Amino acid sequence: MARFDPYENNGGTCVAVAGADYCVVAADTRLSVGYSILSRDHSKIAQLADKCVLASSGFQGDIKALQKALAAKELIYEHNNNKKMSCPAMAQLLSNTLYYKRFFPYYTFNVLAGLDTQGKGCVFTYDAVGSYERTGYSAQGTGSALMMPVLDNQLKSLVLSYCQLRTFNTKLLLVQDAVTPLSESDAVDLVKDVFASATERDIYTGDRLEIVVINSSGTHRECIELRKD
Amino acid sequence: MTGSMDLPAKGGFSFDLCRRNNMLQKNGLKLPGFRKTGTTIVGLVFQDGVVLGADTRATEGPIVADKNCEKIHFMAPNIYCCGAGTAADTEAVTDMVSSQLQLHRYATGRESRVVTALTLLKSHLFRYQGHVSAALVLGGVDCTGPHLHTVYPHGSTDTLPFATMGSGSLAAMSVFESKYKEGLTREEGIQLVSDAICAGIFNDLGSGSNVDVCVITKGKTEYLRNHQLPNPRTYASSKGYSFTKGQTEVLSTKITPLKQKVEVTEGGDAMEE
Repeated sequence: MARFDPYENNGGTCVAVAGADYCVVAADTRLSVGYSILSRDHSKIAQLADKCVLASSGFQGDIKALQKALAAKELIYEHNNNKKMSCPAMAQLLSNTLYYKRFFPYYTFNVLAGLDTQGKGCVFTYDAVGSYERTGYSAQGTGSALMMPVLDNQLKSLVLSYCQLRTFNTKLLLVQDAVTPLSESDAVDLVKDVFASATERDIYTGDRLEIVVINSSGTHRECIELRKD
Repeated sequence: MTGSMDLPAKGGFSFDLCRRNNMLQKNGLKLPGFRKTGTTIVGLVFQDGVVLGADTRATEGPIVADKNCEKIHFMAPNIYCCGAGTAADTEAVTDMVSSQLQLHRYATGRESRVVTALTLLKSHLFRYQGHVSAALVLGGVDCTGPHLHTVYPHGSTDTLPFATMGSGSLAAMSVFESKYKEGLTREEGIQLVSDAICAGIFNDLGSGSNVDVCVITKGKTEYLRNHQLPNPRTYASSKGYSFTKGQTEVLSTKITPLKQKVEVTEGGDAMEE
């Protein structure tokens, strides 16, 4: 007997890389279902606050609902506290919102990124039910398994790995050392290359790449073409 | 020693392990997946013969396993076959029938006929009741004229002026239904086949990369491998990647010396050449 399946995977991949004073967020713009393409020009990146951006892949219906819920909660926060939400505050809110639906989850794979209260780049990576962690970089979505090893190779520092082996309390070290020493243009170059590579091998990733760079001067958006097959 | 001797296997599948496999699956074992070609393959008849076309992407689920595989298989000098479905099945069945056709050519002293290949394929596939997952577009030109057929995994066939198979068949067929007419020229035929394959490449996620074309006419076959390459890599980092010594973290080192001494024995037989 065929039961109604409430979920669907619309594919796509999201990536974010944190720098000393910038943050790069990128996602492809392909929306698919099964073997068909629904749209070649659908953005997966939503601006939640001034210096805070959410990139999500997974089930588009749940993504839209989640973005709406977060925007509403952000507005209430502004009214109550007379200030805009910071990125780490939004990170906690997203985690709570996801866990609230622990037994009928949002089918969303999120990467929250922006600048923290000190102006340093921050990236938060989530699973579908709200487990999150601040990291220096992350990839989520259908192409994430293809991208993470390359990002690990290029961005993970030797010092960080050594410390992880020697101490039990790695969280402190992770936060301090959680940004890449790469320049903004090098980070953007790496993200473009890694997306072009993932597009070669993942059928759900492709069409166009949307890159958002957040730094002290604001938010800058750029698009490059990817393989359309 | 007297005992019952097992009769040699008569061929076909042995279903002995099916019960064991079902039991293992019930206990949570995940069966390995098959590599499918997730394909767009097409064929059409034009005024001088047939044109076959195929994309070049082979997928394993959502991953591209081969970006430039060959889906147009040789059957005879005047007969070629495009294959969709499980890659191993299409490869094996076309190789097998190709060998059978060659033996038949030696026995009869004549050029192979498309209907011969068709009958050999369909009887094999029917005997395996659809378990050999091969969906084929068979085309060629013989003494009776140009022929184009589709063959389905369960063994049924159709004879058509234009045909498409695979996950991208709907995208390709929409192009054929719009633009096909009888009596196309060679250039028109190649162009239409390329357009249909491109429709599959860009609109079907299971198909991609390049266009392969094969033109068969009386006395001449042209296999145009990678006739079109509409999908070059879009971006390559000019910086490149360096892997210097020391970049890969060495977690631990353990050296185990092997033999301490090598003993040399005098004499012995010289090795034969």
